[in-house]
Amino acid sequence: MKKEIKLNVENKAGGISRRSLLGGVLAAAVLPLGELFALEKDVNITDDPTKMPGPGPSALGKRSGFENPVRKPSDISSRTPLQDLHGTITPADLHFERHHAGIPNIDPAKHQLLIHGLVERPMMFTLADLKRFPSVTRTCFIECAGNFRTGKEEMTPQDILGLTSQSEWTGVLLSTIFNEVGIDAAAKWFLAEGADAAVMTRTIPLAKAWDDAMIVYAQNGEAIRPEQGYPIRLLLPGFEGNMNIKWLRRIELSEEPYMTREETSRYTYPVKDKIRMFSFEMDARSIITYPSYPQQINKGYVEIRGLAWSGRGKVSKVEVSTDGGKSWEIAKLQEPVLSKAHTYFRYLWNWNGVSTEILSRVTDETGYLQPTLKQLVEARGENIGGYHMNPITAWKIREDGAVLFKPENYTK
Amino acid sequence: MQENIKQMDKRLLFLFGLLLAMILLSVNDSFVAAQKPQPLTDSLRKPLRFGFGRSATGAEITAWDIDVRPDGKGLPAGQGDVKKGKLIYAAKCAVCHGRDGKQTGAVKLVGGALVSDTLATAKPKTVGNYWPYATTLFDYIRRAMPYNLPGSLTNNEVYSLSAYLLNANKIIGADAVLNANNLSKVIMPAKKLFIMDDRKGGAEIK
Repeated sequence: MKKEIKLNVENKAGGISRRSLLGGVLAAAVLPLGELFALEKDVNITDDPTKMPGPGPSALGKRSGFENPVRKPSDISSRTPLQDLHGTITPADLHFERHHAGIPNIDPAKHQLLIHGLVERPMMFTLADLKRFPSVTRTCFIECAGNFRTGKEEMTPQDILGLTSQSEWTGVLLSTIFNEVGIDAAAKWFLAEGADAAVMTRTIPLAKAWDDAMIVYAQNGEAIRPEQGYPIRLLLPGFEGNMNIKWLRRIELSEEPYMTREETSRYTYPVKDKIRMFSFEMDARSIITYPSYPQQINKGYVEIRGLAWSGRGKVSKVEVSTDGGKSWEIAKLQEPVLSKAHTYFRYLWNWNGVSTEILSRVTDETGYLQPTLKQLVEARGENIGGYHMNPITAWKIREDGAVLFKPENYTK
Repeated sequence: MQENIKQMDKRLLFLFGLLLAMILLSVNDSFVAAQKPQPLTDSLRKPLRFGFGRSATGAEITAWDIDVRPDGKGLPAGQGDVKKGKLIYAAKCAVCHGRDGKQTGAVKLVGGALVSDTLATAKPKTVGNYWPYATTLFDYIRRAMPYNLPGSLTNNEVYSLSAYLLNANKIIGADAVLNANNLSKVIMPAKKLFIMDDRKGGAEIK
């Protein structure tokens, strides 16, 4: 349709200059103003922008045509382009995805949340009910427990650990809802279940509900995205992503864990001769997002930038090394530093043009220092598996300014 | 005269105090502090109950309450056996999980392998070497399988499939019949390997 219009106008324009076409009554009479301006943008991309008016207001904004940050989808997940972002909030359409049977299409008017089991009053809540309770807003990250890839030099931050994203979430504290139903003193755990085709379930310790768990319906100020659990999801700040049940439809209070598939045969990992389960908190982690592959740097000042976070509280310190880990300097943290949240760090480096390696490591408020891959393997054994891997990652800087990931092998 | 005024002041003060106490008591009655301090919320004191939402009916709970616990709570009536399970497996599961549930050759099974008789750190992770509870098998098959038609199996079919897979992994005999009474009693070989999280933050790398 647009193409046809374009042809028509080009024909009509004939020998008339663009300027007169734009200002002319002739064109305006033929085309709606909006389409005319849209067309003008297409044919006139290199002209001096001060010499003609741009498009007018629109119902829905969009990114500049010059910017194209995209997630990287696989069959089961899609990754956030961390290297394209400049702050700690992930635009909602770039938030990573991981789901186990696709994204359900849920009518919010029909969606209900059932809470039952060891409660005084089994209750059903509509989305409208949940929105009537006092609301809370919290900015925190969600990270998949399986967020680590390595293997080759040509890997971006998105490839290595793009399964982490951050949003400003709004909803109701789970404790508010639990007070409403009344929790039996015998209850120690609760099962959370999604309304997707996997009917995803995880068991969560009740203490998390009294601490900081939320049921959220908004992400970065608008309704949460279908990929993120529309119309409601559980939010467990600092806990592994899988537990933050999306499309939440049921909560059952219980004396003991349910041992669902995702908390036994998945999201567990070998530690020496045992298998560790119920590892909820995401340990502290950081990554330099600039400079990173496939960027190129020049001799002179380079501001090293990146993200650091911890599932156990606030980031207390980020250190950067520009000599392959021999010495470490303190990076500047962007305020405000929030608990269980991506924290932006910066370190100004004057590169002398000699090849080297740059790394970052975070310390959280519990005193935990981000480990090397070697330390993790020593602690857990060579059969370490892919969950809860948070090693220091290094970028190699070549003499020509090329930046490459430094892959380290860890599997048997 | 001054004495009288003082008297009156005292009486007024007493009455005022009484009134204040009554107000405070009534407030305490209807506004109970929530169970834990909740620094995130904008309401420091809020009623314990708001009266939003409604009671759930027994039928609503039954319709959704499909979870099964390791102690067997939640297992439905019905039963299944290895022979029936093998037929259902061939018809509904083999296309993704392989003819006999085993990973053979280089082509990765779409649904992953389910059968192996080696324990511990062997790969791939299967029901036989990595699943700590037999009840999880029933719970997961019933809620999420087969992938293209989740929730379509009858309880008897789920019991039969559980029996087939447990037998294929050499955990129960070929003539075993599974039901709500005995599924939770099946001891899984991998159970002894599982430990609860022992990380606690702080300086130690675990």
